[in-house]
Amino acid sequence: MAERGTTFPLWEVFIRSRNGLAHKHVGSVHAADATLALQAARDVYTRRGEGLSIWVVSSASIVASDPVDRAELFEPTGSKIYRHPTFYEVPDDVGNL
Amino acid sequence: MATTSVTVAETPHAAALLRLADDALILGHRTSEWTGRAPMLEEELALANIALDLIGQARALYDAAGALLGLTEDQLAYLRDPHQFRNALIHELPNGDFAFSISRLVLVSAFSDLFWRSATASSDAVLVAIAAKAEKETAYHLRHSAAWLVRLGDGTPESHRRAQDAIDALWPYTGELFEVDETMVAAGVLPDPAPLRAAWDNTVGETLASATLTRPADGWMQSGGRQGRHTEHLGHLLAEMQVLPRTHPGATW
Repeated sequence: MAERGTTFPLWEVFIRSRNGLAHKHVGSVHAADATLALQAARDVYTRRGEGLSIWVVSSASIVASDPVDRAELFEPTGSKIYRHPTFYEVPDDVGNL
Repeated sequence: MATTSVTVAETPHAAALLRLADDALILGHRTSEWTGRAPMLEEELALANIALDLIGQARALYDAAGALLGLTEDQLAYLRDPHQFRNALIHELPNGDFAFSISRLVLVSAFSDLFWRSATASSDAVLVAIAAKAEKETAYHLRHSAAWLVRLGDGTPESHRRAQDAIDALWPYTGELFEVDETMVAAGVLPDPAPLRAAWDNTVGETLASATLTRPADGWMQSGGRQGRHTEHLGHLLAEMQVLPRTHPGATW
């Protein structure tokens, strides 16, 4: 949209919904600074009553794992099914666990 | 035009509601004109949200005025001619550049924020209900537009120049916001705008100072919108806004 290209930095948006306990990542916005990023997040992501609290984090501040490392980081867990709590017998009285 | 305009037998109370409704509708329409043209997607949605807040306020106010006048909100919005509109002139001025639209939102929202807060003590129960909702909306309009104005004024030489030009051009239109309707103030329907002036001066003054912008001197002030004497811009705005319901009366989606 911007004729001269947008140079505003990117911010990641996290919203805590009405019934949710944790803030969840919902997307990102461009904004010049933190104050406007918070307002942009409000205007873009809470138009339909989605949230009661917003966090914005500068995208540059997020340290992410490299997709190239996926095999060494995550595949070793695939063979360790004993880590899943599926070997316990759940008493009937407990219901949904 | 296939549909003729309605005749409005304005009582003082209905006229007071129409002034507020027309302010909200005309500024809401102007703000909606940014849709598809805003400098970035985020601001496009922000301006569209503000426009929808204002049009929502206008609907409730037209509904209240219409109950006194025997007319519907659609008749009041779509079937009156420019001289029947009672909005203050500042709302109908063309959007200009982004700095102009933002500056207008600051000057107008700084007033309506105070106005709606005071109107929650009105003797008109319907106006109290509208004010309770509008107060929260305009508080955000002010917060958002003031944040932008500070960044434009304290930004680049070009953004500073554009913001100062906008404030200078808009200043003579601010006096009309404080014109008093003595009958309705005495009846307790409308808050007296005079005591709001100091708080408005304070908010606007602080915002301009943060924005490194110069507050213009109070000189001669524009007037006439409340009596239906408008700029040439209102007719063009209404032509676009009213063409569909006037050409196809009763059309629905």
